[in-house]
Amino acid sequence: MHVSLTVNGQRAVTDVEPRTLLVHLLREELGLTGTHVGCDTSYCGACTVILDGKTVKSCTMLAVQAQGAEVTTIEGLAANGDLHPVQEGFWERHGLQCGFCTPGMIMSAVGLLSENGSPSEGEIRHGLEGNLCRCTGYHNIVRAVEYAAAKMRGEEPPAPEWEEGSA
Amino acid sequence: MYPRSFEYVSPGSLDEATSVLASTEGAKVLAGGMSLLPLMKLRLFSPDVLVDIGRIPGLSSIEDRGDHLAIGAMVSHAATASDSSIAEHAAALATAASWTGDVQVRNQGTTCGSIAHADIAADQPSAALALGATMVAASAGGVREIAASDFFVDTLTTALGPGEILTEVRIPKQGGASAYEKLGRRGGHTDYAVAGAAVWLDVSDGAVSSARVALTGVGAKPTLAEGVAEALIGTDGSDAAIAEASERALEGVTVLDDLFGTVEYKAHLAKVMTRRALQQAVAAAT
Repeated sequence: MHVSLTVNGQRAVTDVEPRTLLVHLLREELGLTGTHVGCDTSYCGACTVILDGKTVKSCTMLAVQAQGAEVTTIEGLAANGDLHPVQEGFWERHGLQCGFCTPGMIMSAVGLLSENGSPSEGEIRHGLEGNLCRCTGYHNIVRAVEYAAAKMRGEEPPAPEWEEGSA
Repeated sequence: MYPRSFEYVSPGSLDEATSVLASTEGAKVLAGGMSLLPLMKLRLFSPDVLVDIGRIPGLSSIEDRGDHLAIGAMVSHAATASDSSIAEHAAALATAASWTGDVQVRNQGTTCGSIAHADIAADQPSAALALGATMVAASAGGVREIAASDFFVDTLTTALGPGEILTEVRIPKQGGASAYEKLGRRGGHTDYAVAGAAVWLDVSDGAVSSARVALTGVGAKPTLAEGVAEALIGTDGSDAAIAEASERALEGVTVLDDLFGTVEYKAHLAKVMTRRALQQAVAAAT
């Protein structure tokens, strides 16, 4: 079937089988392999992308359902060589270890911050409920999102915990 | 994981959708897909034709129609959870929607889809039951209304026929107050309910004048706990009266064990959730 959509600001037109999942269109038709397939059962959130402003699990959506939609993937966040504040937060606060969950985690964090610019720690944890990380224990992911939230509000991010009281 | 091959149809109107369903063997309605697509990917279910109702105009709104609220077939869990009229008149449903799945699932999945799928541990079916909702089903033969108490037939089985689409859930604006409580499989309120209770009640002259209590997660389908309502009506709604009434939560329910709890544990939880939800509703109604 014919599908046309906008991915990271660029129009994409392709022919797919009806059973093609959105994540496979992104990865295999468009070569955007930053979006990961993790559990494949709709639990882990590694495949999270933003579709028409809302986070969705692209492994649990048919490509044909995205006809006409605007999709943002992890590849669409950095602009002109500058990391998105959430990407920068994950870098600066060590919000990852193996990195497999990171693209989905970052897209969910971007979705969360678009609706709530000053989330509490509890709101961050609740907002990332649909994304599983098997390495970090989530602690530094929360710090990464707090860093990004501060940056996006134009404020100085809180100092990293490993520097607090280290003098 | 790819589902088995199927034919995909995306009708532009409800009439077109119902006529496709009427004329096609093995067709299934696709709304948000949060229950259907995982089943298809695991190949536990392989419909020949998917009828995607996502592009039919007019199914995505929550309307206040004076004596009831109408939730359209494509209204997402997130929209149900954040709508001010649902919060005011159907708090149990707003809470149940806010605890359904996770953020991404709530963005994509629909309230009507959850109710039509009728998972034994889903949140919103029990809220619809407790609130005395009416389901509106459209088919090529016309439109019919089904009371929530007649809608849930068995595990994953509702009164909807193969040619019918759940186009709308209507919640009466009936006064009183409602609440939903659950223990989720991942702790707190996250994931499907190990056990959950939705309640609606009204209070007049210091006494509970009417009540409906519905359980989820414990039996083969969301079930009205009529014994609890019977025991509570006429009391002052005190903690003691609620505790006593909650003991009757499992009358007529065959509790099923699963990976998340034994019969004994789930039976205990059902009573606890019933008590907590009743306490919240009494506090909100008085």
